[in-house]
Amino acid sequence: MLNYILRRVLLMIPTLAVISVLVFTIIQLPPGDIITSRLLLLQQQGVDVSQEAIEAMRARYNLDDPLYLQYLRWIGGFLQGDLGYSVQFGQSVNHLIWERLGYTLLLTTTATLFAWLVAFPVGVFSALRQYSLLDYVATVLAFLGLATPSFLLALVLMYLGYAWFGIPIGGLFSPEFAAAPWNGSKLIDLLKHLWIPAVVLGTAGMAGLMRVMRANLLDELGKPYVQTALAKGLHPTRLVIKYPMRIAINPFISTVGWLLPHLISGAAITSIVLSLPTTGPLLLESLRNQDMYLAGSFLLMLSTLTVVGTLLSDILLAVVDPRIRYE
Amino acid sequence: MRDPVTNERHGAEPLLEVLDLRVRIERDTGLVHPLNGVSFRIQEGQSVGIVGESGCGKTMASNALLRILPRRAEITHGSMQFRTQAGDRIDLAQLDPMSRRMRQIRGGEISMIFQEPMTAFSPVHTVHDQIAEMIRLHDPGADKEEQHRRVVELLDQVGIPDPEQRAFDYSFQLSGGMRQRAMIAMALASGPRLLIADEPTTALDVTVQARVLKLIERMQRELNLALMLITHDLGVVAHMVSYVYVMYLGRVVEEGPVEAIFDNPKHPYTAALLRSIPNLASKSRRLEPIEGNVPSADRLPTGCPFHTRCTEKVGDICQQRMPARVELSVGHAVSCFRYTEESLDDG
Amino acid sequence: MTQATPPRVEPDAGPDLAFASQWRLMWLRFRRHRLAMVAGVVLLVLYFGAVFCEIIAPLGAGQRHRSYVLCPPQEVRLVDAAGDFHFRPFLYGVKQRGNPSDWLREYVVDTSVVYPIHFFTRGPEYEMWGLFATNWHLFGADEGAPLFLFGTDELGRDLFTRILYGSRISLTIGLVGVALTFFIGILLGGVAGYFGGWIDIIVQRGIEIIMAIPQLPLWMALSAALPAHWPPLHVYFGITIILSFMGWTGLARVVRGKFLTMRDEDFVVAARLAGTHELKIIFTHLLPSFLSHVITSATLAVPGMILGETALSFLGIGLQDPVVSWGVLLQKAQNFQAVVMAPWLLLPGLFVVFAVLAFNIVGDGMRDAADPYAN
Repeated sequence: MLNYILRRVLLMIPTLAVISVLVFTIIQLPPGDIITSRLLLLQQQGVDVSQEAIEAMRARYNLDDPLYLQYLRWIGGFLQGDLGYSVQFGQSVNHLIWERLGYTLLLTTTATLFAWLVAFPVGVFSALRQYSLLDYVATVLAFLGLATPSFLLALVLMYLGYAWFGIPIGGLFSPEFAAAPWNGSKLIDLLKHLWIPAVVLGTAGMAGLMRVMRANLLDELGKPYVQTALAKGLHPTRLVIKYPMRIAINPFISTVGWLLPHLISGAAITSIVLSLPTTGPLLLESLRNQDMYLAGSFLLMLSTLTVVGTLLSDILLAVVDPRIRYE
Repeated sequence: MRDPVTNERHGAEPLLEVLDLRVRIERDTGLVHPLNGVSFRIQEGQSVGIVGESGCGKTMASNALLRILPRRAEITHGSMQFRTQAGDRIDLAQLDPMSRRMRQIRGGEISMIFQEPMTAFSPVHTVHDQIAEMIRLHDPGADKEEQHRRVVELLDQVGIPDPEQRAFDYSFQLSGGMRQRAMIAMALASGPRLLIADEPTTALDVTVQARVLKLIERMQRELNLALMLITHDLGVVAHMVSYVYVMYLGRVVEEGPVEAIFDNPKHPYTAALLRSIPNLASKSRRLEPIEGNVPSADRLPTGCPFHTRCTEKVGDICQQRMPARVELSVGHAVSCFRYTEESLDDG
Repeated sequence: MTQATPPRVEPDAGPDLAFASQWRLMWLRFRRHRLAMVAGVVLLVLYFGAVFCEIIAPLGAGQRHRSYVLCPPQEVRLVDAAGDFHFRPFLYGVKQRGNPSDWLREYVVDTSVVYPIHFFTRGPEYEMWGLFATNWHLFGADEGAPLFLFGTDELGRDLFTRILYGSRISLTIGLVGVALTFFIGILLGGVAGYFGGWIDIIVQRGIEIIMAIPQLPLWMALSAALPAHWPPLHVYFGITIILSFMGWTGLARVVRGKFLTMRDEDFVVAARLAGTHELKIIFTHLLPSFLSHVITSATLAVPGMILGETALSFLGIGLQDPVVSWGVLLQKAQNFQAVVMAPWLLLPGLFVVFAVLAFNIVGDGMRDAADPYAN
């Protein structure tokens, strides 16, 4: 077991290294760089920038160094916890990123919990009472949930919230709490706002998980070991819990691995619609302005989170499934 | 008192007597009739074989006995009288399949060995866990230590080396033969009186088959178990049982003591089955497969079910009416118009 | 001991089905899946609309109606205000209430003006499939009629017309993207699964790495890299390629897994022992045996592409305004005020949901139908 974990962790290192190169390449892809896009902006405003000033700025951000040097400088800083400097915001990336990353994690965790709490029981019930009314309803809702883009759901909820209750929905805090220091009532305010994006985000994942659970359990219910356990005289309810459900939950666990990146993706776009202080809007902004350290560090951070999430779910899977452990 | 091997009444009531059992399955495409009036009986300590090609309803019969039929299958007719340990006679067909009583009999008094030892064990529970569960279910008094002692003892009994260690293996860590031994250990863990073995060796290597069969035979003798051996393999039957029921399309077409069936088969189907066995002794004879396929259970032929493939039909009556069961000699009965009054009139 | 094995025969499926090809069996099973059939018809209708959008749409996609800005959907009627029934459908006119210079305009139905609807009539000119110019439309009303079945946007463009035109982009991007995905996926997955060894390891790692980068941020980064001055067609293909860049991994995994398990199946080993060429084995034995599976996976991958295009265009980093796609149309509904003011701007979203739903259900039905062991 320890061996397995060690092997996986070691494997993670080259994966992340390749990802970092990939990310660096991608953010270098757009023609021009942050200075050119800034210049464009300044020129539009009628400001004339001297050639010397441009040179100075380029030199300051080492934009004329060869790419590999720029990469090494960036990744070296990244490893030491220095994520670089955002030209656009005139702040260090560390400063910009952590709080937003925290909210992103909070949001995705809440959404995951929501997805699990609904998907698990409904999926199990759907499988045990296949073709019952509830199974049909759940199936229809799951398909709808899978088919609705999260931002559309957010927009519809926003509209309904306004049309029915007359309240604008959006943000993670009410205006009076946004800048306030942390205390009990701010936390309550956060929770009041959190559930809507969590539901919006969790819906697609929930729908997917529900289908996975149903399919897995149906699959397992047909396996011979269920017949064996039944022939032993085990009560059917206890049987379902002890055997097929126990095994059907394994793929469920491995979904945590893909749920996380999905949610982070979903969070990006939902957050823009609902104007949440998560990573999505900032990432979009930095990509548009070619603020490469901000965009790059963000992407790499999100990828690292995903890789770690996948690793955790794989380890969890090995813990509960001896077939993987003894492979 | 009559000879016990003939399966006729010999004083005591039989352990199990199934009469005219019919099962129906509802499918989207229509009704399917896997069992159409099966009757058989098993005496205490006796071993009985149920023989037929795939799809003739053998497995359905054993599942009906344990009341673990698929969800949309139901017993529409017939009785299954079982004499319990306590001595009362219960009609299993009348019990609620989920009732406590049925669950005590299922596994406790009648236990089962399945065809696929690979998949018949849960892959995420140890063999120990699954055998101990069987003990726990039917002997709630046994504590953890007692359970462990018995699991190891059982594994030792069925010939698994180093049982203390292997008990904590998962099924996929054992070889096919070992797995089937563990399965036998599990089936015996509750101290049953009737053991149903459903194609117990079909999924195993040829070399392992004989050893597993020997083990079943030995356990049956030592524990004085009644054995119901379900197989398509007549060779296995010949060595293991004293009485044989030949099934075709959910009916018993011929039954009799094993010697009578092998030496003097009466039903054309039985005879055809025997001709299709490879026999090392007579090199000259060619193997003769039975022509055609078993008709599907959702489109049963009219009249005698075998008439579509029978080479010895007596006339039109074969596809018009069901032949009655005729007892030809003590314990040897057949359902075929070749042996009935009607056909004599007809012919 | 004697090894007796009487012939083990499968129950006969009936004379007509016994020799039916795999595809015919699949079709027969699929037809039994009623919901999937309905979804299939929905897809056909949607794609029909996409192919013939110029004829079906009553107006031009870029046509602005200055006096009808953000006009709500108008009802086509058969019964007039007096309760009389008319065989020819008609529209009532629309009057503006309030200050026309106000951004917030209100429209009320004006029953004094009646516009009859004509079928197979002349309307705005267009170029059919870029081949010839014509002005025939399936239906239309007189010039100036508020024939806005789904309302108009803030430039007074008819949403119904634009949704039809948008379906051409949104629905094909999924197909083109999947075709590309299909190609890369089968190629890399097949090579990895069939040859194994270090090729397999490299492809596997590559898949893992791409899968580890969160999809949407990666899409965002890649689309941001598309040059702003590119013509629409280039952007279209650029976006398609970006969507496929992520999409192939799933399919490659499926194909690889299948190849791995089938490589050692008896019938493949038999073919190899018989001296069949490796390529021939791949194309005549391996691919056909799970093609249905792959096609199903591909069908289930289309929705992801449609959703991806919608999301990117919605964010403003995919396709841009002169091009019409469902995502571009939804851009108008990006802020809260717009949605409250003109909820019909969310209608393109309904079409996205319909299309994705239909693809998912059809894919599901295909999966059930393709499973040879299904009952």
